This record gives sequence, C-alpha cells and structure tokens, in this order.
Amino acid sequence: MTILLSLQGVSKRFGGLQALTQVTFDLPQGQILGLIGPNGAGKTTLFNAINGVYPPEEGRIIFREKDITRAKPSEHAKLGMARTHQIVQPLNELIVRENVMVGACFGHENQGLANAEKIADEVLEFVGLASKTEQLAGTLNVAQKKRLELARALAARPRLLLLDEVLAGLNSSEIDNMIQTVLKIREQGVTIIMIEHLMKAVMNVSDRVLVLDYGEQIAEGAPEEIVKNEKVIEAYLGDPKLAEQLLEED
Amino acid sequence: MKFWHRYNGLIIPVLVVAALTAWPLITGNPSNRESVFTIMKAIALASSLNILLGYTGYVSFGHIVFYGFGGYVGIYLLTGKGWSLIPSVLAGGVASGILAFLLGSAILRLRGAYFALATIGVNEAMRAFINNIELFGGPTGITLNFSVYKEYGGAAQALQISFYIGAALALLALVMSYLVRMSKFGLGLLSIRENEDAAEVMGVVAPRAKTMAYILSAIVPGMIGVLFFFKNGNVEPHDAFPLHASIELLVMVMLGGQGTVLGPILGAFAYQGMRGYLVTSPIFKDIQLSVSGALLLIIVLFIPAGAIGWIRQRVPTLRKVLP
Repeated sequence: MTILLSLQGVSKRFGGLQALTQVTFDLPQGQILGLIGPNGAGKTTLFNAINGVYPPEEGRIIFREKDITRAKPSEHAKLGMARTHQIVQPLNELIVRENVMVGACFGHENQGLANAEKIADEVLEFVGLASKTEQLAGTLNVAQKKRLELARALAARPRLLLLDEVLAGLNSSEIDNMIQTVLKIREQGVTIIMIEHLMKAVMNVSDRVLVLDYGEQIAEGAPEEIVKNEKVIEAYLGDPKLAEQLLEED
Repeated sequence: MKFWHRYNGLIIPVLVVAALTAWPLITGNPSNRESVFTIMKAIALASSLNILLGYTGYVSFGHIVFYGFGGYVGIYLLTGKGWSLIPSVLAGGVASGILAFLLGSAILRLRGAYFALATIGVNEAMRAFINNIELFGGPTGITLNFSVYKEYGGAAQALQISFYIGAALALLALVMSYLVRMSKFGLGLLSIRENEDAAEVMGVVAPRAKTMAYILSAIVPGMIGVLFFFKNGNVEPHDAFPLHASIELLVMVMLGGQGTVLGPILGAFAYQGMRGYLVTSPIFKDIQLSVSGALLLIIVLFIPAGAIGWIRQRVPTLRKVLP
C-alpha cells in the first residue's frame, strides 16, 4: 500500500487562535478519507494547509514523497493535487468550458488547449453540466457551480482530490447524484479527502473517517468505529442519544 | 481549414490596419497621413495595455512610462550612437520589456488599487529620474539633428517610412493581442483576472504569468515611443511621460471593451475621433480632458464591459466572431 499523502504534526495558528494542533495521518492511495467535525473545527483550514494556501507553522506535509509544506498552491496543482472550494470560486466572466479547461491546462498533466477542450467536455458530461458548456459560469445556480468546482478539479486528472462540502446546499436527489459521482471518481483510482456535514454520506462513502474538534484530531478510524466513539458523539452533538436519533433520521 | 479557422479572428484587425495604411495613399493628402498615424499609435498602445488591463485584470495608470522610456533609449541610440531607425525602434522595445520585467517583479505582487497607485508612482519617478540624467539631456531632453533624416532621403521621406513602421507596429500589437487571447497562456491570464487565488489553486503560476503579460504589454509602447519621437524631432521628459496620456489609453480600452481584441481598435477610433472634435471645438478645447474623465466615469458605471463586451453580452452568438 503506497502512502500518497502524509501529515506529520501539522499545526496552524491565526494570531491567538490555534486552528490546527498536531494533526498527523497517512493517506494510502485509492482511499476516501472523510473529514468531519463541528463548525469551526478547522476542517477547511486543514485543506488550506494541505493545499498550500495557508502553510502550517509546524509539522511536515509529504505528498507523493515530496515535502510540500512550504510550496505554493500552484506547485501543489502541478504535483497532482486538486480541490473544490466550500464557497464556490467560479471564473464568472469565462464560459463553463473555459473554467474547466483552466483545470486541465494548468494541472499536473499540463495539457494543451485542444486536449484540454476535449477533457473539459468529457468531464462536464461526467458531472452533468454538458448542456451548460457555453454559458458564462456566473450565470449558473449554486448546485451547478458546485458541479463546476468538481469538474474543474477533475479536469486536472488529479492524484489527490480535496472535496470541501460538495453536498452542502444540494437537495436530496442532487445529493444522491453527487455521491454516485464521487464513488465513480474513486473507481478511477483517485484518492479523495472529503469534508462533509452530512453524516449518512460520509459514513457510506468513506473508507476511513478523521474527526477534528477545535483543531485537534479526536478520533480516526473506520466509519463504524467512529459512529460509536463516545468522544466524537460528545464533541459533535453533546448528547450521544441525540446522535443516534439524527443518524436514523438521515 | 483548421488553420484558417484558428486565425479568422485576425481578419478584421488586419483589414483595419490595411485600410488605414491605404487611406492617405488613396486620398493623396499628407495631413490625412498624420491623423492616421495618431490613430495607429493609439491602437498599438491601447492593444498593448489591453493585455495587462483587459486580459490580466491589472489596472495600470502609468503605462505611458514604457512609451517614454523606450522612446528615450531609442532616440539616445539614434543620436548618440548613430544607430539607424529600425534597430533603435527594436532597442526601445527591448528596453521597455526589460523595464517591465524589473518593475513587474517588484510591483505585480500588489493587487487592485495598490498596483494602480504604484504604476502612477513609477511613471512620476521615471520622469523625475530622466529629468536628472545628463546622458539623456536632463530637463531639455534630446533634440535630433536634422541630418539624421538624410539617411532616409530627407525629412519627408523619413516621415513616410515612419508611417509604414507605425502601421507595422499597430499590426504587431494586434497580432500579439490576438495570439495571447487565443493561447493557453492567455487562458491563464483570464483566470487570474477572474480570481487569482482560484487560478493559483488550479496550477496557474500567477507571478510568472503576470510578469510575462506586463512585459508583452510594454514592448510595442517602447517601440512606438522611439518612432514618435523620431518623427517629432525631439524628446523631453514632459512629452515622454504625460500621465494624462495613460488615462486616455485607459479610456480607449474601457470604451471599446477590455479583454477583447477588437475593443481597443474601436476605442482608439472613437476616442481619437472625439478628441479631434473636442480640441477644435471652441467650447470644449480647454476642457477636453475633463470630458475624457467624465466619459471614463460613465463607462465604468453603465457599460463596464465596453462596446464590444456589451454587444457580446447581448448577442452571445457573436462571442466567437468578435474576439
């Protein structure tokens, strides 16, 4: 089993706020790691640290056997990392196809324009935006913009995909679609870390789950272990009974 | 077929420059040649600025610094070192490109208004600097000796040659603008304009791309500067670094449509046309710059995409025809 990504004691502080404390884990190739935790637990900050947007003060991040702790986001992309943003970041005045082409052109495969256009059309078909390719990205609705984020990341044909709440704001049929899409991506051999609030989705899709609370890693393990972990339930909901109840409702 | 398809967006720019070049020949009127030269100069400068402003989204209020600096270097080589016109023009372009590289490495890390302010500072600093350089003649500048025109068969002939070089430079600026727009590099610039952080996450090496865009946008202005001051017969700090000319360029690009290949052409025509009317009109002749300022305000408020951008928004099918 090859380790694709390895975090060793990663810590990040914003002024007086300790956003991440000694986060340590190894992610084997081909797995889906679910990243959960209450609001403000540091999930997106962890993505930003892995991704090079906010380099950590302490610790090391090893990706594909290279130390990328202090590397820039563009260098991460060139090495085969791609991400979606929780708050969508479309390139509004470009059409949907061009948005996706940027991912293909400047990602680690460094495609030329003609190839990038082909990849963009394939990926847009795959995420279900084939009918919108000629529209300006700014004219899409939120669910479509989320798909666009995903398409852009996929067009880079990444080794590691960071998904930041791709399900948030979607309705239940859109959620089912998106989960199927994520599973299909995994089948293509892409390793995934996904931040998600929707328990049912995380538990069904993930091979392993990592739980953050106030920047600390409070649990890590298989989904079935995590749901029974008292510490997790307490951190998340305060009341273990309520947790079970909510899981059933989902 | 594929080849033509790829370059058919160049048809209109090439036709415009060809028509402009032919116009004085057809009418046989030398004063037409001078007004056409002014328009071609405006097209070349506005198209160059568009690479930075329109594609990359960085507003430069001091772009004329490249025109002045390139012009000074070229004229110095022409008079002081005895170079002939074409090598001097090329050297002016190279000098401005190098200046852009150095400046870009320093100020392109600034974003938005901070970058815009820095570009004004650079222009004013350069003017003050040149003012104090003896090599470039200090405050009085460099005057061309009339004998330099002899090499080209007299002053009249030299003006004619300058006109053709001007046409070539306008064409060069347009071709460059088009090729950048259609390239992968250009896509990277557009993504920086739309969202620099997201672009970097997708792998666009923004500092390098921005510096390249800045250099490309500086080369033709440097060459045009040499050509203009050669025609003019002298170069002074006051004429080489006029801040208002930078703003006029912004108005042209914004008016025609930033981020489009055709926009700066349209903007240059419209603005020069308007300016021609204003400076000769008894009411507006003293306040023509205020009219430009008001125009810029109106564009920014009501048609931020400019004329070409406005048409493209209304009629999306024209998107492919109007690059």
